[in-house]
Amino acid sequence: MTVASSSNATVTLPTDEQILITREFAAPKDLVYKAFTTPELVKRWWHANRGEMTVAEIDLRVGGKWRYVMVADEGFEVGFHGEYLEVDPNERIVSTEVYEGLPAGVSDEEGGTVNTATFAETGGRTTLTLLVQAANKVSRDAIIDSGMEDGLQDALDLLEDVASSLA
Amino acid sequence: MPRMARAATTADAFNAVAEPRRRQILDALAGGERPVNDLVRLLGVTQPQVSKHLRVLREVGAVDVRDEGRQRLYRLNGEALKPIHDWVKEYERTWSERFELLDVVLDQLKQEEQGDDSGK
Repeated sequence: MTVASSSNATVTLPTDEQILITREFAAPKDLVYKAFTTPELVKRWWHANRGEMTVAEIDLRVGGKWRYVMVADEGFEVGFHGEYLEVDPNERIVSTEVYEGLPAGVSDEEGGTVNTATFAETGGRTTLTLLVQAANKVSRDAIIDSGMEDGLQDALDLLEDVASSLA
Repeated sequence: MPRMARAATTADAFNAVAEPRRRQILDALAGGERPVNDLVRLLGVTQPQVSKHLRVLREVGAVDVRDEGRQRLYRLNGEALKPIHDWVKEYERTWSERFELLDVVLDQLKQEEQGDDSGK
Protein backbone atom coordinates (compact mmCIF):
# COMPACT_ATOMS: atom_id res chain seq x y z
CA MET A 1 0.00 0.00 0.00
CA THR A 2 0.94 3.60 -0.26
CA VAL A 3 3.48 5.02 2.07
CA ALA A 4 1.39 7.82 3.44
CA SER A 5 2.51 10.89 1.59
CA SER A 6 1.78 14.38 2.73
CA SER A 7 -1.88 14.10 1.97
CA ASN A 8 -2.59 17.79 1.78
CA ALA A 9 -2.02 19.75 -1.36
CA THR A 10 -0.11 22.94 -0.75
CA VAL A 11 -1.64 26.02 -2.33
CA THR A 12 0.22 29.30 -2.53
CA LEU A 13 -0.23 32.49 -4.51
CA PRO A 14 3.23 33.46 -5.79
CA THR A 15 1.96 36.53 -7.64
CA ASP A 16 -1.36 38.23 -8.10
CA GLU A 17 -2.05 36.23 -11.25
CA GLN A 18 -0.76 32.83 -10.16
CA ILE A 19 -1.88 29.91 -8.09
CA LEU A 20 0.66 27.23 -7.28
CA ILE A 21 -0.44 23.76 -6.19
CA THR A 22 2.13 21.24 -5.00
CA ARG A 23 1.85 17.63 -3.86
CA GLU A 24 4.20 14.67 -3.53
CA PHE A 25 3.18 11.17 -4.60
CA ALA A 26 4.65 7.81 -3.63
CA ALA A 27 5.06 6.73 -7.25
CA PRO A 28 7.49 7.28 -10.12
CA LYS A 29 6.71 10.13 -12.46
CA ASP A 30 5.76 8.03 -15.47
CA LEU A 31 2.87 6.60 -13.45
CA VAL A 32 1.77 9.99 -12.15
CA TYR A 33 1.89 11.27 -15.72
CA LYS A 34 -0.13 8.30 -16.90
CA ALA A 35 -2.79 8.82 -14.23
CA PHE A 36 -2.88 12.48 -15.19
CA THR A 37 -3.32 12.00 -18.93
CA THR A 38 -5.37 8.81 -19.38
CA PRO A 39 -9.11 9.54 -19.61
CA GLU A 40 -10.37 6.46 -17.77
CA LEU A 41 -7.88 7.10 -14.96
CA VAL A 42 -8.62 10.83 -14.77
CA LYS A 43 -12.29 9.95 -14.32
CA ARG A 44 -11.39 8.15 -11.12
CA TRP A 45 -9.76 11.05 -9.28
CA TRP A 46 -10.51 14.42 -10.82
CA HIS A 47 -14.05 14.64 -9.40
CA ALA A 48 -12.64 15.04 -5.87
CA ASN A 49 -15.66 13.18 -4.46
CA ARG A 50 -17.93 16.00 -5.51
CA GLY A 51 -19.73 14.24 -8.30
CA GLU A 52 -19.28 11.98 -11.30
CA MET A 53 -17.14 12.74 -14.29
CA THR A 54 -19.16 12.18 -17.42
CA VAL A 55 -16.62 13.47 -19.93
CA ALA A 56 -12.83 13.19 -19.97
CA GLU A 57 -11.51 13.87 -23.45
CA ILE A 58 -7.76 14.17 -23.85
CA ASP A 59 -6.08 14.67 -27.21
CA LEU A 60 -2.57 14.82 -25.83
CA ARG A 61 -0.53 16.62 -28.48
CA VAL A 62 0.39 20.22 -29.13
CA GLY A 63 -2.74 21.89 -30.47
CA GLY A 64 -4.90 19.01 -29.24
CA LYS A 65 -8.00 19.75 -27.17
CA TRP A 66 -9.17 18.50 -23.79
CA ARG A 67 -12.53 18.66 -22.06
CA TYR A 68 -13.71 17.56 -18.61
CA VAL A 69 -17.33 17.56 -17.46
CA MET A 70 -18.57 16.64 -14.03
CA VAL A 71 -22.12 16.21 -12.83
CA ALA A 72 -22.00 17.35 -9.24
CA ASP A 73 -23.84 15.49 -6.51
CA GLU A 74 -26.15 18.48 -6.26
CA GLY A 75 -27.19 17.89 -9.88
CA PHE A 76 -25.56 20.74 -11.74
CA GLU A 77 -22.99 20.21 -14.44
CA VAL A 78 -19.59 21.91 -14.63
CA GLY A 79 -17.40 21.80 -17.69
CA PHE A 80 -13.85 22.87 -18.48
CA HIS A 81 -11.93 22.69 -21.71
CA GLY A 82 -8.72 23.87 -23.27
CA GLU A 83 -5.87 23.19 -25.60
CA TYR A 84 -2.42 21.69 -25.11
CA LEU A 85 0.38 24.15 -25.76
CA GLU A 86 3.31 21.95 -24.74
CA VAL A 87 3.49 18.21 -24.19
CA ASP A 88 6.74 16.81 -22.85
CA PRO A 89 5.92 13.22 -21.81
CA ASN A 90 6.56 12.39 -18.13
CA GLU A 91 8.00 15.88 -17.62
CA ARG A 92 5.67 18.76 -18.31
CA ILE A 93 2.33 19.73 -19.81
CA VAL A 94 1.25 23.26 -20.59
CA SER A 95 -2.39 23.81 -21.45
CA THR A 96 -5.04 26.47 -21.55
CA GLU A 97 -8.16 26.11 -19.47
CA VAL A 98 -11.54 27.76 -19.79
CA TYR A 99 -14.37 27.31 -17.33
CA GLU A 100 -17.55 26.80 -19.34
CA GLY A 101 -19.61 28.73 -16.84
CA LEU A 102 -17.85 32.06 -17.31
CA PRO A 103 -20.20 35.02 -16.90
CA ALA A 104 -21.62 36.44 -20.12
CA GLY A 105 -19.32 39.01 -21.63
CA VAL A 106 -16.14 37.53 -20.23
CA SER A 107 -14.04 36.20 -23.09
CA ASP A 108 -12.07 32.96 -22.89
CA GLU A 109 -8.88 35.00 -23.01
CA GLU A 110 -9.94 37.15 -20.06
CA GLY A 111 -11.39 34.36 -17.98
CA GLY A 112 -9.10 31.52 -18.93
CA THR A 113 -5.85 30.37 -17.44
CA VAL A 114 -2.65 28.79 -18.69
CA ASN A 115 -1.73 25.79 -16.57
CA THR A 116 1.69 24.21 -16.28
CA ALA A 117 2.00 20.74 -14.77
CA THR A 118 5.51 19.63 -13.88
CA PHE A 119 6.47 16.11 -12.82
CA ALA A 120 9.74 15.82 -10.86
CA GLU A 121 10.96 12.49 -9.47
CA THR A 122 13.36 11.93 -6.59
CA GLY A 123 14.01 8.48 -5.20
CA GLY A 124 10.90 6.97 -6.71
CA ARG A 125 8.65 9.73 -5.42
CA THR A 126 7.15 12.39 -7.63
CA THR A 127 6.46 16.00 -6.87
CA LEU A 128 3.65 17.34 -8.98
CA THR A 129 3.58 21.09 -9.40
CA LEU A 130 0.63 22.85 -10.97
CA LEU A 131 1.03 26.48 -11.82
CA VAL A 132 -2.21 28.21 -12.75
CA GLN A 133 -1.58 31.47 -14.51
CA ALA A 134 -4.50 33.81 -14.96
CA ALA A 135 -3.85 36.17 -17.81
CA ASN A 136 -5.58 38.84 -19.81
CA LYS A 137 -4.07 37.30 -22.89
CA VAL A 138 -3.45 33.64 -23.19
CA SER A 139 0.17 33.58 -24.14
CA ARG A 140 3.04 31.38 -23.19
CA ASP A 141 5.02 34.41 -22.18
CA ALA A 142 2.52 35.02 -19.45
CA ILE A 143 3.42 31.76 -17.76
CA ILE A 144 7.04 32.69 -17.36
CA ASP A 145 6.20 36.23 -16.40
CA SER A 146 7.72 36.03 -12.97
CA GLY A 147 9.81 38.49 -11.06
CA MET A 148 6.79 40.21 -9.65
CA GLU A 149 7.02 41.47 -6.14
CA ASP A 150 5.16 40.06 -3.20
CA GLY A 151 1.84 38.56 -4.11
CA LEU A 152 -1.43 37.87 -2.46
CA GLN A 153 0.49 35.48 -0.26
CA ASP A 154 1.32 38.39 2.02
CA ALA A 155 -2.33 39.15 2.41
CA LEU A 156 -3.01 35.50 3.10
CA ASP A 157 -0.37 35.31 5.80
CA LEU A 158 -1.93 38.36 7.30
CA LEU A 159 -5.39 36.86 6.99
CA GLU A 160 -4.25 33.71 8.72
CA ASP A 161 -3.56 35.89 11.76
CA VAL A 162 -6.75 37.81 11.36
CA ALA A 163 -8.85 34.67 10.93
CA SER A 164 -7.49 33.16 14.11
CA SER A 165 -8.22 36.36 15.95
CA LEU A 166 -11.83 36.16 14.76
CA ALA A 167 -12.38 32.78 16.32
CA MET B 1 -6.73 21.76 -13.94
CA PRO B 2 -9.87 23.54 -12.99
CA ARG B 3 -10.25 26.39 -10.71
CA MET B 4 -13.21 26.70 -8.49
CA ALA B 5 -15.47 29.46 -9.61
CA ARG B 6 -15.20 32.35 -7.23
CA ALA B 7 -18.27 34.11 -5.94
CA ALA B 8 -18.69 37.51 -7.55
CA THR B 9 -19.13 39.20 -4.19
CA THR B 10 -15.64 38.28 -3.09
CA ALA B 11 -14.00 39.53 -6.27
CA ASP B 12 -14.08 43.07 -4.92
CA ALA B 13 -12.11 42.14 -1.86
CA PHE B 14 -9.68 40.25 -4.10
CA ASN B 15 -9.16 43.31 -6.23
CA ALA B 16 -8.82 45.53 -3.20
CA VAL B 17 -5.94 43.55 -1.74
CA ALA B 18 -4.29 42.82 -5.09
CA GLU B 19 -2.61 46.24 -5.06
CA PRO B 20 0.76 46.27 -3.23
CA ARG B 21 0.22 49.67 -1.53
CA ARG B 22 -3.12 48.57 -0.23
CA ARG B 23 -1.55 45.43 1.20
CA GLN B 24 1.01 47.63 2.95
CA ILE B 25 -1.82 49.59 4.47
CA LEU B 26 -3.53 46.41 5.63
CA ASP B 27 -0.26 45.19 7.10
CA ALA B 28 0.16 48.44 8.97
CA LEU B 29 -3.41 48.34 10.26
CA ALA B 30 -3.00 44.71 11.33
CA GLY B 31 -0.88 46.11 14.16
CA GLY B 32 -3.71 48.33 15.35
CA GLU B 33 -5.73 51.42 14.63
CA ARG B 34 -3.88 54.32 12.98
CA PRO B 35 -4.50 57.84 11.74
CA VAL B 36 -3.85 58.70 8.08
CA ASN B 37 -0.70 60.63 8.94
CA ASP B 38 0.86 57.48 10.34
CA LEU B 39 0.15 55.64 7.12
CA VAL B 40 1.55 58.48 5.02
CA ARG B 41 4.76 58.33 7.01
CA LEU B 42 5.01 54.54 6.99
CA LEU B 43 4.36 54.17 3.26
CA GLY B 44 6.34 57.22 2.20
CA VAL B 45 3.69 58.40 -0.24
CA THR B 46 1.48 61.45 -0.35
CA GLN B 47 -1.68 61.80 1.68
CA PRO B 48 -3.94 61.94 -1.42
CA GLN B 49 -2.50 58.59 -2.51
CA VAL B 50 -3.06 57.01 0.87
CA SER B 51 -6.58 58.44 0.97
CA LYS B 52 -7.31 56.99 -2.45
CA HIS B 53 -6.28 53.52 -1.34
CA LEU B 54 -8.15 53.82 1.94
CA ARG B 55 -11.28 54.71 0.00
CA VAL B 56 -11.02 51.49 -2.03
CA LEU B 57 -10.44 49.45 1.11
CA ARG B 58 -13.40 51.10 2.83
CA GLU B 59 -15.65 50.38 -0.15
CA VAL B 60 -15.11 46.64 0.25
CA GLY B 61 -15.31 46.93 4.01
CA ALA B 62 -11.70 45.90 4.54
CA VAL B 63 -11.10 48.89 6.79
CA ASP B 64 -13.36 50.87 9.06
CA VAL B 65 -12.94 54.50 10.05
CA ARG B 66 -13.98 56.61 13.01
CA ASP B 67 -13.45 60.21 13.97
CA GLU B 68 -11.74 61.03 17.20
CA GLY B 69 -11.39 64.71 17.79
CA ARG B 70 -9.72 66.07 14.68
CA GLN B 71 -8.28 62.73 13.67
CA ARG B 72 -9.70 60.04 11.45
CA LEU B 73 -8.64 56.65 12.71
CA TYR B 74 -8.55 53.60 10.45
CA ARG B 75 -8.65 49.99 11.51
CA LEU B 76 -8.61 46.59 9.82
CA ASN B 77 -11.86 44.69 9.43
CA GLY B 78 -10.74 41.09 9.04
CA GLU B 79 -14.30 39.85 8.52
CA ALA B 80 -14.44 41.47 5.08
CA LEU B 81 -11.27 39.75 3.97
CA LYS B 82 -12.30 36.36 5.23
CA PRO B 83 -13.88 35.32 1.88
CA ILE B 84 -10.41 35.37 0.31
CA HIS B 85 -9.02 33.23 3.06
CA ASP B 86 -11.97 30.85 2.80
CA TRP B 87 -11.68 30.62 -0.97
CA VAL B 88 -8.05 29.55 -0.82
CA LYS B 89 -8.81 27.02 1.90
CA GLU B 90 -11.66 25.52 -0.11
CA TYR B 91 -9.48 25.37 -3.23
CA GLU B 92 -6.80 23.59 -1.21
CA ARG B 93 -9.34 21.14 0.15
CA THR B 94 -10.62 20.25 -3.33
CA TRP B 95 -7.12 19.53 -4.59
CA SER B 96 -6.25 17.54 -1.46
CA GLU B 97 -9.24 15.25 -1.97
CA ARG B 98 -8.48 14.96 -5.67
CA PHE B 99 -4.92 13.88 -4.91
CA GLU B 100 -6.01 11.35 -2.29
CA LEU B 101 -8.05 9.66 -5.01
CA LEU B 102 -5.05 9.89 -7.33
CA ASP B 103 -3.01 8.05 -4.66
CA VAL B 104 -5.42 5.12 -4.99
CA VAL B 105 -5.09 5.10 -8.78
CA LEU B 106 -1.30 5.19 -8.50
CA ASP B 107 -1.29 2.28 -6.05
CA GLN B 108 -3.12 0.18 -8.56
CA LEU B 109 -0.82 1.22 -11.42
CA LYS B 110 2.21 0.27 -9.33
CA GLN B 111 0.76 -3.16 -8.60
CA GLU B 112 -0.02 -3.72 -12.27
CA GLU B 113 3.48 -2.70 -13.23
CA GLN B 114 4.92 -5.25 -10.80
CA GLY B 115 2.81 -7.91 -12.47
CA ASP B 116 0.71 -8.25 -9.38
CA ASP B 117 -2.81 -8.64 -10.71
CA SER B 118 -4.30 -9.95 -7.50
CA GLY B 119 -6.03 -6.63 -6.92
CA LYS B 120 -8.14 -7.00 -10.06
